[in-house]
Amino acid sequence: MKTNFPLIRAAAVVAMTASAGVAMAQDVTGAGASFPAPLYAKWADLYNKASGARINYQSVGSGAGIKQIRAKTVDFGASDAPLKDDELAKDGLVQFPMVIGGVIPVVNIKGIAPGQIKLTGQVLGDIYLGKITKWNDAALTALNPGVPLPDAAISVVRRADGSGTSFIFTNYLSKVNAEWKAKVGEGTAVNWPTGAGGKGNEGVSAFVQRLPNSIGYVEYAYVKQNKMTYALLKNKDGAFAAPDDAAFKAAAAGAEWSKSFYQVLTEQPGKESWPITGATFIIMHKTQDKPASAAAALKFFEWAYGNGDKAATDLEYVALPDSVKSLVRKQWGEIKDSSGKAIAYK
Amino acid sequence: MAATLPASHYDRDKMSRSEPAGRPREPRRSSPWADTVFSVLTHGAAVVTLLLLAGIIVSLLIGAAPSIKEYGLSFLWTSDWDPVQNKFGGLVMVYGTLMTSFIALLIAVPVSFGIALFLTELSPNWLRRPLGIAVELLAAVPSIVYGMWGLLVFSPVLATYVQQPLQKLFDGVPVLSGLVSGAPVGIGILSAGIILAIMIIPFIASVMRDVFAVTPPMLKESSYALGATTWEVVFKVVLPYTKTGVIGGIMLGLGRALGETMAVTFVIGNFNQLDSLSLFQAANSISSALANEFAEAGEGLHQASLIYLGLVLFFITFVVLSLSRLLLARLKKNEGARA
Repeated sequence: MKTNFPLIRAAAVVAMTASAGVAMAQDVTGAGASFPAPLYAKWADLYNKASGARINYQSVGSGAGIKQIRAKTVDFGASDAPLKDDELAKDGLVQFPMVIGGVIPVVNIKGIAPGQIKLTGQVLGDIYLGKITKWNDAALTALNPGVPLPDAAISVVRRADGSGTSFIFTNYLSKVNAEWKAKVGEGTAVNWPTGAGGKGNEGVSAFVQRLPNSIGYVEYAYVKQNKMTYALLKNKDGAFAAPDDAAFKAAAAGAEWSKSFYQVLTEQPGKESWPITGATFIIMHKTQDKPASAAAALKFFEWAYGNGDKAATDLEYVALPDSVKSLVRKQWGEIKDSSGKAIAYK
Repeated sequence: MAATLPASHYDRDKMSRSEPAGRPREPRRSSPWADTVFSVLTHGAAVVTLLLLAGIIVSLLIGAAPSIKEYGLSFLWTSDWDPVQNKFGGLVMVYGTLMTSFIALLIAVPVSFGIALFLTELSPNWLRRPLGIAVELLAAVPSIVYGMWGLLVFSPVLATYVQQPLQKLFDGVPVLSGLVSGAPVGIGILSAGIILAIMIIPFIASVMRDVFAVTPPMLKESSYALGATTWEVVFKVVLPYTKTGVIGGIMLGLGRALGETMAVTFVIGNFNQLDSLSLFQAANSISSALANEFAEAGEGLHQASLIYLGLVLFFITFVVLSLSRLLLARLKKNEGARA
């Protein structure tokens, strides 16, 4: 028996180095928002091919993502709604934007083409408050002279589940419609005064496409993929903007990122800017107990900033402007291990 | 053989007893602990089930504690559900859950009764098996399929061919026009109830068929011999004989309807206001609210209130299922007494 020991020990050493080898190519886990999930999955796949590291992203919803990063069960959390600076400070977290998306009001009215109908925030808010109930309401016809709006009830569609999309949308309505702000307010889930709720972006787009004379709001990707009838929206500068990459980028450029990453990109200045734009965020702990995982996560984000823009555009997301990326890189310097040394990711 | 012997031979006291010859068989010694292990394992499995049940109740209670403390039982009759203001009341969901299940039963019970009756009394023999299997297969369709079908196929039909004609018909009639008011989108309490009915029909129908089948043929044939029609036989013989079992089956269906999530989420509209009693009004149910809101609910009162809703649903389902078990158990006892 005794002679066997060295063998066993050798085997154990081999096994240990093998597992250490796996650990070297750190697996990173993240959880949170479902809106950027397709992109994160695509990035993870490309990054895996490029570097061999594996990124696990669970699309569990922004709220759950925030819970998980607070509990430190994941290496990074993801949320569509940014956390306020004092909430971040309380838990020792940092957040930074990853990619930009737009929320688009879509309608289904016979004979109306994409971009043919114009809305303002005030009118959109009144529709969602249940105050404007017909498509030929005076407020709508005044905005849309010459557009054949029918004498039909508006079927309002909105998200049933709590979501970052709803957060961006209600944040916008709160900024532009005083009554909305007082009665409903902003949040991932609100007390909707009217309308039918669809589950997820796909639920809302299914409802809107199915219900005649309906209005809903979905992420930009769903507008493009389903060729839905989007509306033009009046932005802060008074121009009617059309939703496209340039309009989302213009909104992102106008935000004061240098002050804080708590930026909801709704109702931003700029002639081009799309008023319901939002970024989706990554949340990490400032002080890392597992510096190796943190370094691997940051390496992944660095890679995504550098090489991921094309994948983002392919999937109808909008990459961050370079100025914002460099601000984020500066903030990564604040992520430190327990001895206070900045995590090296390059 | 024993049954054919005359009764007097089967008299225990008078029967002669033979003394056992030889030594009693040695008990098997190969693994005397095997029985103990087996018994511990099976007991363990039974205990684990009970512990799980208790664990679920306790964790629901703990999770819901902030909301229970804040609202107490008034949670059940307030209808505000406002995550922004942090005010919560479960009336809309409780109403939606009970109302959709009620509509489901209203439709499913007569239909299931017809199916079971046809299968046990009227169907030609060659049709009985395929039809029975077809009904049971309905139970195997995933609920999300019913949901998608309800949203994409059924609700437009309901809106165009039921709701709009009804709205025209009842225009101006006080109560009835209220019952069918609302935007003609075909989603709401009624469509959720109908989808649920389709989902629970196979459960109720197969239980009914099974209990109808246990009615002793002697009873049925005697009444046929007395000149009763099929209708009379079913109503005066089969149904009284099996009523507890039938009710048990209905309760099983109800239990399923109360807890159904996916299919309901698709067609109920997920609307947390109770501003009209219209059957076509978008509403919400407990399970649907949980499915939609839980992932994004922040910690604190919102999450606690959702768990509180879960506790209420657990309680409702628990009562319904225990009732059905009790009724089914009573049926089994009565079978012996009446046969």
